[in-house]
Amino acid sequence: MIYRETGQFKDSYSDDQALFPIAQDRYVIYAVLFVTFVVVPMLANEYWVNAILLPFLIYSLAALGLNILTGYCGQVSLGTGGFMAVGAFSVYKLMVAFPELGFIPLVIISGFITAAVGTLFGLPSLRIKGFYLAVATLAAQFFLVWLFNKVGWFVNYNATGMITSPPMTLFGVLITGPQAPPVAKYLLCATIVAIFALAAKNLARGRLGRNWMAIRDMDIAAELIGVRPLMAKLSAFAVSSFYIGMAGALYFAVWLGSAEPTEAFDINQSFLVLFMIIIGGLGSVLGSFLGAAFLVIMPILLKNIMVDGFGTNTALAAHIEIMTIGVLIIAFLIVEPHGLARLWRIAKEKMRLWPFPY
Amino acid sequence: MTIDNLSTEVLLRVEDVSLNFGGVKALDGVSFDIRKGEIRAIIGPNGAGKSSMLNVINGFYHPQRGTITYKGQTRNQMRPYQAASQGIARTFQNIALFKGMSTLDNIMTGRNLKMKTNLFWQALYIGPARKEELENREAAEHIIDFLDIQAIRKKPVGKLPYGLQKRVELGRALAAEPELLLLDEPMAGMNSEEKEDMSRFIIDVNLEFGTTIALIEHDMSVVMDLSDRIVVLDYGRQLADGLPGEIRANKEVIEAYLGVSHD
Amino acid sequence: MIFFIEVVLSGLMAGVMYSLVALGFVLIFKASGIFNFAQGVMALFAALTLVGFMEKFGMPVWLAIAGTIVVMIALAWVIERAMLRHLINQEPIILFMATIGLAYVLEGLGDILWGSDVKLLDLGIPQGASDWMLDNFDIYIEKLEIFAAATAAIMVTILAIFFQKTSTGRALRAVADDHQAALSVGISLHTIWVIVWSVSGIVALVAGIMWGSKSGVQFSLSLIALKALPVLILGGFTSVPGAIIGGMIIGVGEKVAEVYLGPFVGGAIENWFAYMLALAFLLFRPQGLFGEKIIERV
Repeated sequence: MIYRETGQFKDSYSDDQALFPIAQDRYVIYAVLFVTFVVVPMLANEYWVNAILLPFLIYSLAALGLNILTGYCGQVSLGTGGFMAVGAFSVYKLMVAFPELGFIPLVIISGFITAAVGTLFGLPSLRIKGFYLAVATLAAQFFLVWLFNKVGWFVNYNATGMITSPPMTLFGVLITGPQAPPVAKYLLCATIVAIFALAAKNLARGRLGRNWMAIRDMDIAAELIGVRPLMAKLSAFAVSSFYIGMAGALYFAVWLGSAEPTEAFDINQSFLVLFMIIIGGLGSVLGSFLGAAFLVIMPILLKNIMVDGFGTNTALAAHIEIMTIGVLIIAFLIVEPHGLARLWRIAKEKMRLWPFPY
Repeated sequence: MTIDNLSTEVLLRVEDVSLNFGGVKALDGVSFDIRKGEIRAIIGPNGAGKSSMLNVINGFYHPQRGTITYKGQTRNQMRPYQAASQGIARTFQNIALFKGMSTLDNIMTGRNLKMKTNLFWQALYIGPARKEELENREAAEHIIDFLDIQAIRKKPVGKLPYGLQKRVELGRALAAEPELLLLDEPMAGMNSEEKEDMSRFIIDVNLEFGTTIALIEHDMSVVMDLSDRIVVLDYGRQLADGLPGEIRANKEVIEAYLGVSHD
Repeated sequence: MIFFIEVVLSGLMAGVMYSLVALGFVLIFKASGIFNFAQGVMALFAALTLVGFMEKFGMPVWLAIAGTIVVMIALAWVIERAMLRHLINQEPIILFMATIGLAYVLEGLGDILWGSDVKLLDLGIPQGASDWMLDNFDIYIEKLEIFAAATAAIMVTILAIFFQKTSTGRALRAVADDHQAALSVGISLHTIWVIVWSVSGIVALVAGIMWGSKSGVQFSLSLIALKALPVLILGGFTSVPGAIIGGMIIGVGEKVAEVYLGPFVGGAIENWFAYMLALAFLLFRPQGLFGEKIIERV
């Protein structure tokens, strides 16, 4: 009942093609945007921002990126961690060398640098498919982490092997570095994520998105409609890496403040983001957000319940957490392989009919 | 088209095409042509090489010998992208739709080569990208009207019944506004009502849009009704080539394929 | 010259170790089309259980091994019931993800049950350098490595016979080809899968024993699984001899690269060399050395 579309007739194609053709959806999005940009900044404290909101936003960006590559275009990648590292180290070198350009342009440039690297490592996808491609991306993952570890130039020859984000400001407000107010960091990330999520949605519903999905569904037939597999796959790698690189840049510069390549960007990171898009829903922008939220919040919830609630020691809690993630992954894949986004869609369908059963 | 006003301009000619897979000879010295605006049927027993022939024409398979002359240009082999950009479209025996997308999206993919805006504009979805998307949406809707599939336009094609999937696949091929349309067993698995619908579509496409059609089909009544000329393949070799009446009476064809009716 | 031979031999031995893990992969992939990412963790889990039985329960070696085998079979049964059964006919990527989830579960479980500290595994396998090789050829090889190579050879032979000659082996190959078709000729997928995962678990146990004896039973054992991937790429995902040969090529390649190229770039090439090698290989032969060529028909 709530979700009935009766009376909402579209009399032009542009209306039908709109992002949120159903009015109820539009209200929800306006509400979400309102909460995001008005309510949260007023209410949130430092803990919430640093422990939940920032990682949620940043991982959402990474998940969007990986979803473009794996969810829409069907190219499995286990190199997310490595590409995030590229973004992080790019933005670091840029912040140190050209601070006058401003933080946001530097983040965007890091995105482009990562896109270039991603395209390079995406070249094998022309010959290699499926698991084999996943293994090829592992090559990228391990090589990149090794590179940032070994080559001193990337860490500006810092003996500890770590990089630390120099403080930068935007409109006079500090946004990186330990003194930056959490709300500023939050708003910065929220804005970037909102803009690029919109861009992702637009790409997905246009020609490029269709070409990606064509490659994913049946690349032989795709060739016949004049899709060049080369261009489609590489564009997916490029756009995906752009997003992941930006996420990596924000991850290091805004959230962590300092990072060390093996810890921050290792293969577990790649798995984490992959789990996010699987649990959230492959090929869905909403799914990227849902998956990121799930995998950011759940460990915190678990830890709070176990350590604070039951008094389990932290080591044991960590093991249980790992097990629980594993069990949840399997459970999700069994029950709803299309992820939370599909569950959401089913819920909406039910809302359409409620209170009637069918 | 009736026999009287068949154009004599040749759109596609294959000359002495031979195709091997390892030791298997899929095609052996096949030559025939397709004239502009006609409906050309390719028939023959299973394994005769008919699908292989279509695959050669649109560039999936590269023949070891022989040439393909399309719109005056002679080549040793076609490439899929060339075929697509020069106006060749096709449907497949086993339906090659993009199962993860809706009917409308599948048909829109057929418009791919008509759309040119680059990534940046698409990300913004304003101005040129939006205009282009809407124009092509309109073109796709014409095809949806033509094929009478309005009701299922937003449904994911994986969930559609077989007959409708075949229709959507035809729609995708038509969306490209092809000059040469290759249909690989478009009637397979259909009941007589669906076959009549499909036949009507094929005839309409040929008459209204002037599209040249090459058709692989097993249902002989359909073949005899629809086609202007027929070529018969058997074991990769060409058995006969001519008008439906001639083919029907050809002794070799009858023996190899058509069979004799025992009244 | 001697040094080079030592490096190569050392690489071969390391390669055999990789092959042991890769074998487990191949078995499962051959029979269920699943790429079992949890294979490495299974090796770790098996080794942990073995040590646990020996230390915490004071069992003698042979009893502990038997006990661990029972545990691995039980594990296979549970995996089939709780996970595989519900994922029949899903796309390969989904199955792959599920095995990553499984890896996480086993990792957590192993840590909880047996503790996460490094353990020594002493099964009485001869340690130290082979005196015979040292005396006669002046070449340093560890007895453990020779033992591992011999074990691997025996296992491969047994597995090869199993697959080719027995009806169960035939059923396994049928299931690998097509789940539904196998079902339709009356092959019980469930039984087959329990068998395969059990055998794979035993192979994992052997791998765990070898690796554990060499460097102690610890978490890094599960990372070996990742190293097995390039092995599989070279050798093909469905070939038992391929796993062996692929392992050896990777082992030798890695060692040689580390020793001769490593010093120029700061060392630790072993982290990524195997993958780059596999990648280079894939570009020329996308189906690996022994894999089946994928022909797509339209």
